Amino acid sequence: MAPAKKRNVKPEKSQKGVKTAKMDPNSCVERILESRKHANDVFDLLELLQSEDEKVLISAMSACTTLFCTLLERKELFTGKLHPEDEALIGGFTAEEKCQIFMRHRYNSCVEMLLEQLSHEEFNVKENALCCLIKCATAQGRHPLEDLDWSEHYSFPRELIQAVVENLVSKTTDNSLLISRFQQFLEMEDLRFYVMSSIRESVGQVMEKNKGALMPVYQNNVFTLMTNINMPSQESELTSFMVQQEAKHNDWKAAKLTEHKRVFERMWLGFLKYKLPSNMYKKILVILHDSILPHMSKPTLMIDFLTAAYDVGGAISLLALNGLFILIHQHNLEYPDFYQKLYNLLEPSVFHVKYRARFFHLANIFLSSSHLPVYLVAAFAKRLARLALTAPPTALLIVLPFIYNLIRRHPACRVLIHRPSAERELIKDPYLMDEEDPAMCHALDSSLWELKTLQNHYHPDVAKAAMLINTPLSGQEDDINEVLEITTHEMMERDLKHSQKKSVPLEFETATQLLKGGGNVLGQHFCLN
Amino acid sequence: MGKVQKKKSLADKVRKTKTSTEIKNNPFEVKINRKKFEVLGQKIKHDVGLPGVSRSKAIKKRKDTLLKEYKQKNKSNKFIDRRFGEYDTKMAPEDKILQRFAMERQRGHDKKDVYNLNEEEELTHYGQSLAEMEKFTDAGNSDDETEEKGLLSAELTASHFGGGGGLLRKKGPGDQEEEGGQRTKSRQELIEELIQKSKQEKRERQVKKEEAQELTEKLDQEWKSIQALMVKKTPKDADAEKTEEKPKVEEYDMMVRELGFEMKAQPSEKLKTPEELAREETEKLQKLEADRLRRMMGDEGRDSSQHQVHMSADDLNDGFILDKHDKKTLAYEDGKWNIEDESEGGQDEDEAESGEDQETDAEEEEDDDEDGKEESAEEEGEGSIEKEDDDGHSDLDSEEEESENEEENEDDDVVSVPKPKKKSVTKEEQEAAKAELPYTFTAPENYNCLKNLLNCHTPDNQRLIVARMQKSNHPSLAVGNKLKLQNLLGFLLEYVGELATRNPPDLLTVDKLIPELYTLCQMFPEAARQALQSIMGDVAHSMEEVIEVNGHAPFPTLDMLIYLKVIALLFPTSDFRHPVTTPALLFIGQALTKCPVRSLQDLTSGLVLCCLAVEYVSLSKRFLPELINFLFGTLHLAVQDKTSLGYSVVPPFRRSGKHCDLLVVSDSESISSWSRKSLPLSACKHLELEEDRDRDQHRLTCLSTCLDLVKRCCLLYKELTSFTHIFQPIRVLLSKHLSSQTLPDSLQELQSEIVEMISSAPAAHRVLVFDKKKPIPLKLLTPKIVEVLDYGKKRGSSREEREQERLKHKYKKEFKGALREIRKDSRFLAREKLSEVMNRDAERKRKVRELFGSLATQEGEWKALKRRKRK
Repeated sequence: MAPAKKRNVKPEKSQKGVKTAKMDPNSCVERILESRKHANDVFDLLELLQSEDEKVLISAMSACTTLFCTLLERKELFTGKLHPEDEALIGGFTAEEKCQIFMRHRYNSCVEMLLEQLSHEEFNVKENALCCLIKCATAQGRHPLEDLDWSEHYSFPRELIQAVVENLVSKTTDNSLLISRFQQFLEMEDLRFYVMSSIRESVGQVMEKNKGALMPVYQNNVFTLMTNINMPSQESELTSFMVQQEAKHNDWKAAKLTEHKRVFERMWLGFLKYKLPSNMYKKILVILHDSILPHMSKPTLMIDFLTAAYDVGGAISLLALNGLFILIHQHNLEYPDFYQKLYNLLEPSVFHVKYRARFFHLANIFLSSSHLPVYLVAAFAKRLARLALTAPPTALLIVLPFIYNLIRRHPACRVLIHRPSAERELIKDPYLMDEEDPAMCHALDSSLWELKTLQNHYHPDVAKAAMLINTPLSGQEDDINEVLEITTHEMMERDLKHSQKKSVPLEFETATQLLKGGGNVLGQHFCLN
Repeated sequence: MGKVQKKKSLADKVRKTKTSTEIKNNPFEVKINRKKFEVLGQKIKHDVGLPGVSRSKAIKKRKDTLLKEYKQKNKSNKFIDRRFGEYDTKMAPEDKILQRFAMERQRGHDKKDVYNLNEEEELTHYGQSLAEMEKFTDAGNSDDETEEKGLLSAELTASHFGGGGGLLRKKGPGDQEEEGGQRTKSRQELIEELIQKSKQEKRERQVKKEEAQELTEKLDQEWKSIQALMVKKTPKDADAEKTEEKPKVEEYDMMVRELGFEMKAQPSEKLKTPEELAREETEKLQKLEADRLRRMMGDEGRDSSQHQVHMSADDLNDGFILDKHDKKTLAYEDGKWNIEDESEGGQDEDEAESGEDQETDAEEEEDDDEDGKEESAEEEGEGSIEKEDDDGHSDLDSEEEESENEEENEDDDVVSVPKPKKKSVTKEEQEAAKAELPYTFTAPENYNCLKNLLNCHTPDNQRLIVARMQKSNHPSLAVGNKLKLQNLLGFLLEYVGELATRNPPDLLTVDKLIPELYTLCQMFPEAARQALQSIMGDVAHSMEEVIEVNGHAPFPTLDMLIYLKVIALLFPTSDFRHPVTTPALLFIGQALTKCPVRSLQDLTSGLVLCCLAVEYVSLSKRFLPELINFLFGTLHLAVQDKTSLGYSVVPPFRRSGKHCDLLVVSDSESISSWSRKSLPLSACKHLELEEDRDRDQHRLTCLSTCLDLVKRCCLLYKELTSFTHIFQPIRVLLSKHLSSQTLPDSLQELQSEIVEMISSAPAAHRVLVFDKKKPIPLKLLTPKIVEVLDYGKKRGSSREEREQERLKHKYKKEFKGALREIRKDSRFLAREKLSEVMNRDAERKRKVRELFGSLATQEGEWKALKRRKRK
């Protein structure tokens, strides 16, 4: 439609365009607004919108926006069903109407060009285009271009927003910067509402077209956009609207929190339905529990996603725990063999992953129940102890108090560290590490020899912590949260600052050569040159 | 009442006449306060009371005070005795009389003086009034005695020979008797005075003696300084010196003096036999070892003097560390303690231990004078490296000796032990090299100075420079030197780091600098700790930053590895907690977990770290999970077929992936041609392996290193209870996967050895039980002694509360006492009043009766008269 027309016009105006290009776009706007005589100058303006020069482009954008916003305010754009331009010229319209139709077409082409600019290389241009589009949308919302003929209709420039969203979540470029700029506009309730529904539609269409295959860039864009949506938590917070509906405001969907939640939920579910890259999986699971689940109208719908994630194994399972916990804890989810799965999640890598602190925090909560059977707790304690043999000191500082807490909560587990009945006996460790069922692993018949081993750990803090099993444990539980986030570097800093006052013990064996000393291990395997 | 009182007053009379002992012995007078129970050692004041006595005392007192007041009541007139000192109770009556007498005399004198001619003139003797002398006759005498004679004062002799105070007092001059009541006090004072005096005298004598000694010493020194000149000038000098003291100087006197000043053979410590020395050495080492073990166990009670001890055990306390080596040479000759037998003659310490030849070399150098060295030095060119070596350090020794000589000449005889001289062949050559370097160096101001200074020298010379720098800036020589050397230590460490970062790394120099670092570190442990801590802190910090961003980090660079090794050399690695080695170990652990192996170079670095880790824990046998993980991961890299593993790998290694076949040997031919040789340390930094063959060689060497480390770990940890579980994955890997691969024989052997070691370890263990609590012994504490102010009061409260309680109690007691007194007073008064009334009544009655009587007689007379008349 309009673009075709525009391109028709372009060659004619090209020379003139060069002249006018030097003109100030703002004065051009003024002239157009002054009288209809200068209406054709709008082509010059549109020409400028395609300029290579960044500055010109930006000023042209703002000029266009002011122009059309003013026109919208003056109601000098044609409303109702738009006829093609050629038809309009022929058809029986008054001159006034013809003029309005003409301007409306120019408006459409302007919007189209702005949308195109959203994929410009320069961030400045993109940002400006986005702002202009939102301005247009605001103006259009106030002065709708459609006929408000039936009562159920609420005026909102849905098509425009839909187009903006589709351009934002590009399939080829990473738009995260622009999207974070867009977040500011998402403060407006109605805009957010319609953006969410547009996202859902867009995701549905695009993914269907791709047959559910991975589209990293696109999905990443969508994810960024979705995470930038801040949901209100109370109905009363719905205050700022882009378009104020005079009548029946209260019936409007965009003004209801439940509707927001529903749209939000559908958007996420629509997104999670498809296959996701694994790093995005992790990202989603990280934010799931505090920025997605609370805003869903029916959080239980996430069960499928979470259970699937829990079954994936490794870090993803660890992360899914958090969401599952909320569902189990607050939404009565029944999860069979939850503890067995948790038990099987305990692998050497647990101590090395980034989410260690989160995992132990949750595990601590799960195992704090006093209704757990003793064999289960013992199995956990024993397995953790066994795994501790490969753990770095920071993890050990978590695990040891963790095990102690388990034993404290379930005094029946004390046999793990204190079995006076069989004091003299020499037994082989009956615990079966490879057994998946905690009930069958004979943990209760075992002792925590691993902790005895760790009493010889090289780090004094760990060794001291492990020494605790030599005496009856104190009644007070250790607070794990203090040590959860500790890093090796912090430990080292602590050691470096430790005992500054005391004199430093020195090696008394005289050092003579670089490779000598300490059992001469280095010297045996390496030479200087 | 009246009767009673009479009786009492009678009793009083009786009592007064009786002595107090009599009263006390009279059972009727004594009231015994019976105790409810005996407390051993308790002293009670009031077990026996004398009610009669105390009552009469009280009554008497009341009569003196209350009664008088009562009698004076309502009376406006008052009798005041204005005689001198009448109301002064403190004055002795004799004094009073005396004073009154004196005053009277004076008054009379004043009055009469005008008209009195020569009558009352005072008589004097030696300017002192005779009257006065009469009064205090003997005071002057005693004074005389004590004053002058010093040592032989009367008191002193008396106290020393007179047999103590009793005698003295008896013999004591009259003044003491005069003073009467102050007798005991004056005796005390006397004794104190006496002590003080004798002390003072003693001190004075000492001071004099010291001064004399000082003077003598001074003289002595001066004498020495001009001794050479004295040959000619003696008489004159002596004259000049001694004219004051002695007018006449004789040849003989001079000779005597000379002899007196001459150095006498001083008794030095007995030369120890080699056995003794060895025993001493072993004892010292045993002590140090025990100390180390204690620290390893984590006992906190460190004695701060520990460092001092092994610094100065053989030290002359002048800060010269090198003296220690001198002695050590002797100790090590014996060969009982031979930690570093293999060492070459390169270092001080080595020299100390190694055979006699070198030692004697050094000794002989000592005896040589500087000039000779320098002369011969120019003739010779550079010797072989070894020669240079020798010569380097022997030079060091001579340096030591020189500075020593400068400092203390006298000590020479004491320290150096006579040794057989023996000329070595290489002597001249050694001296040649020495000449190249100046003998003193100023300590560098900053790092660049040091770098520039050292840069263009051979490693040995660099070491020499540092050693000389250290010696010429010894803390005992000047005030600022300590700081300079501390700085030097920091710069040296920095320099070591730089040497290691060079391309190719200059590790030989580092090697040479180690002994110097060690010496400096022994001198300034605090500075060394700070320097190394900051180095480690920086590296760890940057590593942490990388880890935060990427989740993993590249392996530490070669300089850090060198630093870690240096730390192990300078500080004890076995301590339970050590400000330097603990963080270092933590750093190693961190590096082994967070640094993924991506190339053979990385792997080499990792293996170096592993070696270091093994060295760190070799004494303490502490468990280092990261080490096992890394070695296991390394072995995993050598497994060809990674499909069915039967074990799980621990990060930073992965089960399979890009760099998981790093150690898989590509060409089986290289296996047969492989021979084990040491890897260069520089391989961590730069590894050039173009050909597959070389790569395979490197791989196999890495593998063999790894296996050897695993074996060492097995030996280290075989006592741990979880030994089998720790090494289980390694066993699986070795027995199932690696054994099926073709490997060189030595590796196969090593591998089967390890497997054997793991599987032969005892799997059964004693069940865990808590430590047996020791029965808590009865507390045998020395009783806590608290000052109990009043019995029966609670004592738990705080000090203030107790004080308050005490005051309250006292107040109550006082109040009660006062009440009682008041009551007694009023009773007394009432009695007095009554007696007064009774007296008055009796008087009246008597008078009435008298009247009646007189009247009756009158009447009778009158009646008789009347009767007579009638008759």
